[in-house]
Amino acid sequence: MAKIHVTTTINGEPEEFLCDPAETMLDVLRNRLGLTGAKEGCATGDCGACSITLDGTLVCSCLMLAAEAEGHEIGTIEGMADGDHLHPLQQKFLEMAALQCGICTPGFLIAAKALLEENPDPTETEVRFWLAGNLCRCTGYDKIIRAVMDTAAEMREAAQ
Amino acid sequence: MNEMSNKWIGKRTIRPDGVDKVTGRAAFAADTTMPGMIWGKVLRSPHAHAIIKSIDTSKAEALQGVKAVVTAADIVDFPVDTPYPLGIQDMRWMCRNVMARERALWHGHAIAAVAAMSEAIAEEACALIEVEYEVLPHAIEIDDALADDAPILHPWMEFNGKPSNIAGTLEHTKGDVEAGFAEADVIVEGEFTTRPVHQGYIEPHACLVSTAADGKMTIWSSSQGQFMVRAMTSLLTGIPQSDIRAIPAEIGGGFGGKTIIYLEPLAAVLSKKSGRPVKMAMTREEVMRASGPTSGSKSKIKIGAKKDGSITAIEGLYWLQAGGLPGAPVRGAVGCALAPYDIPNGHTFGYDVVCNRSKVAAYRAPGAPIGAFGVECLLDELAEKLEMDPLDLRLKNAAQEGTKAVHGPTYPLMGYVESLEAAKAHDHYKAPLDRTKFQGRGVASGFWFNAGGESSAQVNITEDGNVVVTTGHPDIGGSRAGIANICAELLGIDYNRVSVLIGDTATIGFSNLTGGSRVLFASSMVVTESTRKVIRTLCELAAKIWDIDPDAVIWEDGEARPAGDNAGQFDPLSLEELASRANESGGPIGAGTQLNTTGAEGGFGTHICDVEVDTELGIVRVLRYTVLMDVGRAIHPAYVEGQMQGGAVQAIGWALNEEYVYDKDGKVDNPSFLDYRMPVASDLPMIDTYIIEIPNPKHPQGVRGVGEVPLVPGLSAVRNAVYDALGIRFNDLPLSPPRVLAAMGEMKQAAE
Repeated sequence: MAKIHVTTTINGEPEEFLCDPAETMLDVLRNRLGLTGAKEGCATGDCGACSITLDGTLVCSCLMLAAEAEGHEIGTIEGMADGDHLHPLQQKFLEMAALQCGICTPGFLIAAKALLEENPDPTETEVRFWLAGNLCRCTGYDKIIRAVMDTAAEMREAAQ
Repeated sequence: MNEMSNKWIGKRTIRPDGVDKVTGRAAFAADTTMPGMIWGKVLRSPHAHAIIKSIDTSKAEALQGVKAVVTAADIVDFPVDTPYPLGIQDMRWMCRNVMARERALWHGHAIAAVAAMSEAIAEEACALIEVEYEVLPHAIEIDDALADDAPILHPWMEFNGKPSNIAGTLEHTKGDVEAGFAEADVIVEGEFTTRPVHQGYIEPHACLVSTAADGKMTIWSSSQGQFMVRAMTSLLTGIPQSDIRAIPAEIGGGFGGKTIIYLEPLAAVLSKKSGRPVKMAMTREEVMRASGPTSGSKSKIKIGAKKDGSITAIEGLYWLQAGGLPGAPVRGAVGCALAPYDIPNGHTFGYDVVCNRSKVAAYRAPGAPIGAFGVECLLDELAEKLEMDPLDLRLKNAAQEGTKAVHGPTYPLMGYVESLEAAKAHDHYKAPLDRTKFQGRGVASGFWFNAGGESSAQVNITEDGNVVVTTGHPDIGGSRAGIANICAELLGIDYNRVSVLIGDTATIGFSNLTGGSRVLFASSMVVTESTRKVIRTLCELAAKIWDIDPDAVIWEDGEARPAGDNAGQFDPLSLEELASRANESGGPIGAGTQLNTTGAEGGFGTHICDVEVDTELGIVRVLRYTVLMDVGRAIHPAYVEGQMQGGAVQAIGWALNEEYVYDKDGKVDNPSFLDYRMPVASDLPMIDTYIIEIPNPKHPQGVRGVGEVPLVPGLSAVRNAVYDALGIRFNDLPLSPPRVLAAMGEMKQAAE
């Protein structure tokens, strides 16, 4: 079957790729574009390790066809830091040891960033339910939730 | 080492691999690719139990794009009558685990594998492989496998002279339990079951194998031991270890499940046959169907005690499911079950039972939570009967220094009593519960052996005076940060000047698995020894420069100094200065150490759990949870807490929701994260931790091991809390909503 030509934007840069009609965004990111920060934990939208943003909205890239990226803006973990300047969430995850093995970390960071953009002052319960689509088997979530809450507080303070 | 003077040990430093992991730069198993790479896929058994009569791969091989096919004929056979141990595994079972030989022993058992230009072609080719099966009846549950008319999985396996699914037994005895029960004023007993649960690592098994024309092979894979990967791949393919370089990718969780291999030998053969790099990655469904969970179990426990609470005897009989091949973690169950208690009479006995499920793999304190479950539940009942506080009952019988354990050892200094005392004194234990809302509180304790074993490390000083440490253990939970803390402390330099790397099998000496809670214990011993050698070299170098005796030089705050006024007046020489002058005498500065480490002592912990039961939906919600544990020494407290929190949450999942559902054909019906329900963030409260530090006297920094104990008490702590909330003693896990509702329905009926 003929491949589809897709023109899109990834982390602010124009990008073009060819993909099979059935190929997922996750597979294109990982296997065609070399952006392996998004992980495949399940391929069924249950673990959130493949989280990216599509025009700013949090999506599981394993559930999105790559062809759907046409004309849209994709955000991945590789675009979260500004050069060597980490995003406050990335910095806080490091400081608070909010990761152990790290396989789920890119997905959590993308999801948490999407949360704080929508709700800069979330309650603990709101953070827990927003991140309920991201599985972590190492941390028991405690330090992740604390890191997101702390980052939100710092970002609110910085915005004042 | 004086605690107050520590600059780095005990500090919450930023882990050396941290930035890579928050930016997506870290390369996990499936993240490496090579030019010319092709993809491998596994054909799996559609039957739970079947004789493999023939396999015809000709149609698959003829498909355009297919480059190689592998079957059991390509994997080295280890005959079943000749044991071939490798660590805690046996190659007889490993060769049959990676590829079914005589029989398919579970639905999803690997039958053949194909490498092709794309995953889709490889899958298509798998479907073209013709396998003739003779389907046999299957046994999924322990009782099915032990029934008189049970299908026998292995015709050669006998127990008491008869064909059987019992692969082995193990027991521990101290004193005389019958005499102990005769002395008892109170006896409690019960039968318990736990379900098989998966480790649930988020990263599926994956590897990339490349073979050069001269036969030299490189394996990139995520595992809990690159040396295990090399040894097993070598044994299963016949390729010498010296021709295999196993490179440890970052590992996306293991919890014991990656202490064995599944894909590497298949990819190795496919790569060798095709002359191409071959990548293989399991889907989540394959992980759930074909990789090892821990055993399901049933147990019969009996405890006798005097009126004052002193236990006179405990007996525990256990049956653990091994899956299709022998090797259930019976040792952990029968060894750890009674370990927290100083009792005069104890007996534990365990059976290793094969059944038509995927072969079990290690899971965090393998067997120990199963051993502890019934015992800790019955201690709760005993405390109630004796009208004692459950922590007081445990304190009354707590093992301490000098206790002779039922499983053999006499305990050295350790902090079990301290964990109980800390639990009793903790705010959590005193906090009120809202009894109008079906809230309850439970406690339980647990033990794990911990482990030493082989470790290697190399500490090199760079020409600009910084430090590169290489060790041989994959880092799953932040061990590189702990190692950097220790090395920086010993050298008296800034933490950020120390890089810690995990070497591959060609660049660092043999190092045993990341497992058994051994990594920081063992690797810090070899890193400490290497760093001390480096410091000696630095002092010798300074002595040469100053032309004084090396013994007159001391190392302090990152520089060489004359030991005292008698040694002479010299300006200190910093690490940078000495590194830049290394060639003046002796050359490059570095040292390696390889040890079979000993002195890892067991670990103990106590958990407090509060729950609230939603009596309409049957949902048990954990309201508050506290983990208290003697860790010896917390080298990096944040990652120690992380182990305590993560282990507790795995226990909560095991207690409340996780289980495999099999259909009548012996097929797993819930092989996804949607239906196999692990805890998510919204299920949980914060997990409080209380670190007790009673330094292990046999370790240079006092490390004891922390990874595994935090899973052990959790199943019973949750279950005891549910009893406290509802007054129903659940002896069968998980306490999932249907089971809770059913039990409440029975209770209501009984009341009406």
